[in-house]
Amino acid sequence: MIMKQSKEKIFNKEILIQAIKGAVLKLNPKYMIKNPVMFVVEIGFLITFLLTIWPSLFEANSYHMRTYNIIVCIVLLATVLFANFAEAIAEGRGKAQAQSLKQTQKDTKARLVNKDGTETIVDSSTLRKGDVVIVSVGELIPNDGEVIEGVATVDESAITGESAPVVRESGGDFCSVTGGTTVVSDSLKIRITSDPGNSFLDKMIALVEGASRKKTPNEIALNTLLVSLTIIFLIVITTLYPIASYSGVSLSIATLIALTVCLIPTTIGGLLSAIGIAGMDRVTRFNVIAMSGKAVEVCGDVDTMILDKTGTITFGNRLASDFLPVNNIEKSELIKNAMITSLYDETPEGKSTLELGKKLGYDVPTVQVKETFEFSAQTRMSGLDLENGTKIRKGASEAISKYIISMGGKIPEDLQSKVNEVASLGGTPLTVCCDDTILGVIYLKDTVKPGMKERFERLRAIGIKTIMCTGDNPLTAATIASEAGVDDFVAECTPEDKIAVIKKEQDKGKIVAMTGDGTNDAPALAQANVGLAMNSGTAAAKEAANMVDLDSDPTKILEVVEIGKQMLITRGSLTTFSVANDIAKYFAIIPAMFMVAIPQLQVLNIMGLATPYSAILSALIFNAIIIPCLIPLAMKGVTYKPMSSEKLLRRNLLIYGLGGVITPFIGIKIIDLLVNPILNVLGV
Amino acid sequence: MFQITATLIIYMLIVIPMGIYLYQIATYNKTFADPVFNPIDNVIYKIGGINPKEGMNWKKYLLALLVTNGVMMILGYIVLRVQSISFFNPNGIENMESSLSFNTIISFMTNTNLQHYSGESGLSYLSQMAVITFMMFVSAASGYAVCVAFVRGLVGKTKDNMGNFYSDLIRIITRILLPLSIIVGLFLVWQGVPQNLSANITATTIEGTYQDIAMGPVAALESIKHIGTNGGGFFGANSATPFENPTIWSNLAELFSMMILPGACVIMFGKMVSKPKKPVNALCKKKLDFFGSEGKTLFIAMSVIFLVGLGICYTAEMAGNPALESVGLSQSMGSMEGKEVRFGVSQSALFTTTTTSFTTGTVNNMHDTLTPLGGFVAMLHMMLNLVFGGKGVGLMNMVIYVLLTVFICGLMIGRTPEYLGKKIEGKEMKLVALSIIIHPLLILGFSALAVTTSAGVAGVSNEGFHGLSQILYEFASSAANNGSGFEGLADNSVFFNITTGLAMFFGRYASIIIQLAIAGSLMKKQHVNESSGTLKTSSMTFTISLILIIYIFAALTFLPVLCLGPVAEHFVLWG
Repeated sequence: MIMKQSKEKIFNKEILIQAIKGAVLKLNPKYMIKNPVMFVVEIGFLITFLLTIWPSLFEANSYHMRTYNIIVCIVLLATVLFANFAEAIAEGRGKAQAQSLKQTQKDTKARLVNKDGTETIVDSSTLRKGDVVIVSVGELIPNDGEVIEGVATVDESAITGESAPVVRESGGDFCSVTGGTTVVSDSLKIRITSDPGNSFLDKMIALVEGASRKKTPNEIALNTLLVSLTIIFLIVITTLYPIASYSGVSLSIATLIALTVCLIPTTIGGLLSAIGIAGMDRVTRFNVIAMSGKAVEVCGDVDTMILDKTGTITFGNRLASDFLPVNNIEKSELIKNAMITSLYDETPEGKSTLELGKKLGYDVPTVQVKETFEFSAQTRMSGLDLENGTKIRKGASEAISKYIISMGGKIPEDLQSKVNEVASLGGTPLTVCCDDTILGVIYLKDTVKPGMKERFERLRAIGIKTIMCTGDNPLTAATIASEAGVDDFVAECTPEDKIAVIKKEQDKGKIVAMTGDGTNDAPALAQANVGLAMNSGTAAAKEAANMVDLDSDPTKILEVVEIGKQMLITRGSLTTFSVANDIAKYFAIIPAMFMVAIPQLQVLNIMGLATPYSAILSALIFNAIIIPCLIPLAMKGVTYKPMSSEKLLRRNLLIYGLGGVITPFIGIKIIDLLVNPILNVLGV
Repeated sequence: MFQITATLIIYMLIVIPMGIYLYQIATYNKTFADPVFNPIDNVIYKIGGINPKEGMNWKKYLLALLVTNGVMMILGYIVLRVQSISFFNPNGIENMESSLSFNTIISFMTNTNLQHYSGESGLSYLSQMAVITFMMFVSAASGYAVCVAFVRGLVGKTKDNMGNFYSDLIRIITRILLPLSIIVGLFLVWQGVPQNLSANITATTIEGTYQDIAMGPVAALESIKHIGTNGGGFFGANSATPFENPTIWSNLAELFSMMILPGACVIMFGKMVSKPKKPVNALCKKKLDFFGSEGKTLFIAMSVIFLVGLGICYTAEMAGNPALESVGLSQSMGSMEGKEVRFGVSQSALFTTTTTSFTTGTVNNMHDTLTPLGGFVAMLHMMLNLVFGGKGVGLMNMVIYVLLTVFICGLMIGRTPEYLGKKIEGKEMKLVALSIIIHPLLILGFSALAVTTSAGVAGVSNEGFHGLSQILYEFASSAANNGSGFEGLADNSVFFNITTGLAMFFGRYASIIIQLAIAGSLMKKQHVNESSGTLKTSSMTFTISLILIIYIFAALTFLPVLCLGPVAEHFVLWG
């Protein structure tokens, strides 16, 4: 449900209306003071508002200034509203998502199991940690918990948006269930693991709503910079008034306020929180729940990524990759029989055997089947009997050997060596036999997911090292590692080893990310700077991680890293743009302020702005409308392509630095051309 | 032009070995001079009860600096107030007035050397030697000591050992300042600078009038005045008088003296922060690396700003003064008003740009009579206070701007900003911001105060734009601990003595406290790994960003007032 919205437009009508309302409500000074840059603008607005009513408040005989004051006042109000609107619209998108989530959190009843084994029906909101409940077909799981008895399929679409139900069972890695999901078959006995209001769903709602949003460390640092810039410019302006009057230049209060607002970094100041909210939102749209904005930000700094082999880099299913005949048997004979055994075999091994055969140019054989045997833990083999009495089997080498001996057949001498050969490569050998003859071995290999190599290349481009962890032997690990293109691997890796690897990297001053799902991954997830847990994983793993992927796709971490980077880049780029704008604004306002008293300073009016008033107002109007113009950029984030840091810096400096210098020169000139005739009419 | 180019090329040749020497001293490496200096230092350590191996954290280091400077200030103040005693006082100089003493003592302890008195008539030889010359050594050494500690903090080899202040102070004096001063002092004596303790001589001129010929221990003061980027002259007219700066050779010696240590400091920084590179293979040619890649960024940024300023100043001075031209004075040699004929426009423009960039404050021409744009450059470079800058402070200010640039550029490549392997976070940014605010606050705040009070306006000798320039210059010079005077401003008044005294005091110590705090905070941080995703602070792109950010942040702050001062004066003059 969440994921599926991602293709929608940034705004829809409803969000827009809400945002406009929010923009006005946020004018409350109590709220505004949290954003000091815009708070200064609001104070400027209030002062000019007073000046509109009493133009001679500070200087006598200034009644002719009223119209000018009104215009400055309106533009300042617009500036604040635009900034508030940016924040409101970013929040609005999150709120819309939270709304849909809340609908799943209906007030339900739960069947509480008492200590004596009896059941009582209670309100699910009264359940506490440690309570045990029973949930049957069609019922909503009342809260997060752990399955302690039973196997059932659960529809988790409310959380993940994935419609196919998943299996949840007691013990192992699939025992965790989430409140708000529905049991669609069988019934489960669940121990509740969170108190009301603290469930995963609650956290998610709070997160997407932005209610629990804390400023990230980087946002705080940037905010400090913006505030200090504001203070510097306030010093500049307050001292300018006496210094200018010493030089015989009298400046009106409205003009000084206009200059202040133009110089302080309102562009980034107005968009900063929108960027943060939108960044989190982008992560959520990827169906990843980040526990904090900090987590996403840290992603941008990741140096090393620890990835599990199975499930992340490879499919985890062992697929047929070669046929090895024994005892001088024709390879085609082996392939033909192997394909026959797989005709009704729905396992990945079986399917891939058929596919490999087809790929090697063999047709799917047509045979008269009498009986099929599915793989079972007891027999450890599968196969079928044909109408003509031929028995074809494939299975574990030992099982097949025993079977052949019981049939009175002989074990070929080179079977063991073939089996060993496959095993040493990290593959799994499947032995194929026809009646009492062993034909050969199917080499089952773990296969690298398509596109992994390209992804790792992308990571390498941005300086991230990848380490693959696997329980396989070094030989297999090396094969997969080189096939996938990871930088390093750790073979025969235990969970303890994983923590050791993370610590080793961290000691070198690196920021480490990892993905994991099992309970035994929990310590490593906690140790890593960025831990992405799979939603299918255990509660312990989810608790330890700082991000949870609802789709349980371990490769998602790559995208999250890019979103984290993009968020920082957007902030940096807009800061640069905002600061670079000051140059043009100076060239608009300084000559305008001083030209009347010092006509020679006309030389500095390089834009050729019509009149001092028009120049000041044009700069101020540009300063206001640039905020809504940049909202889409703040929401979407600046485009990010993996490249070296040097190239990236040069590119962004050119676009946002140089662009930030040039754009306002053009913008202010255009606004001046439009505004001047109007001012003439108004008599300013 | 040739003169300027030649001077700068020679400078590059001498600054590199000096930088390497400075690096050896800062890192306690062996130097050729150890056999001479070790025994001397050990005697001083013994007398002072100093354990040079005792490490200090940033707070301890700072405290040692503040207490030492404080005690020196009190002693110096007493000497100035009782200097009329007939002890090294052949000219019978009176005691110094209290507000002037306050100003003078802060001025020299903070290495500013703003002089609201005239040396000939205001100071006895005892004060010239025991206060002025003494403080020229210790204030410069204090500055370099802090700078060395600051760089140690950035390198962060240990978590809280910034070195030992006393040991740094002593080593810098004995191993750098004293030997250099002796060499330069003897050279100046050779060139004709007086060095004696005799009373002034009253001579009868050919016209039959009387003239006082000043005497005194001038050469000794003159050498450390430049080497320690102090700048306070023995005489009121500073290095423009023939007794302080008689020839073009003495002028060159003084130029190089004030340029060498600030430049060398950057090289020292570069070498201290660069990691020893492992030789990749034996065949790999060893590249000559004098700067260290990080040091190069700073050196280039400083040089570019310096050269831009020098270019503007030189061009403006060469263009002459149209007002004088219109009354029939040829301006073909450039604007020679207030300049010495023996130096001409080239050496004067170079000296002016250098003294304000390297925050020395010595002058070989009168800055009040510079063309408006020439004066603009002088003022701007003091307002920036990081174009090499004096006594290590320029380097620290530059690093502050580097941190700012790193922060913005770091964001633009999508990483938490880091410099020299340390992350720049909220705490550092807060301190960086504070450090950047101090300068405009002092300069603009006091200037605004001066133009609104009658006591302030009373000092101005020219009305209008030039008058504003006089005030701005005075406070820029104080806050940047430069000390040069625009002159023309009647600054020996209680108002200016107190205000500039405060500007100098806070300009120096507030900055140092904040900067050491930054280094102390970075020092404790875990070193982060450098990867290809890390921002390269040694690249050209970064250097250009750094220069632009300095111009945008520092210069734009002062643009409005500069427009009302020198810029307005320029456009009015050229009509």
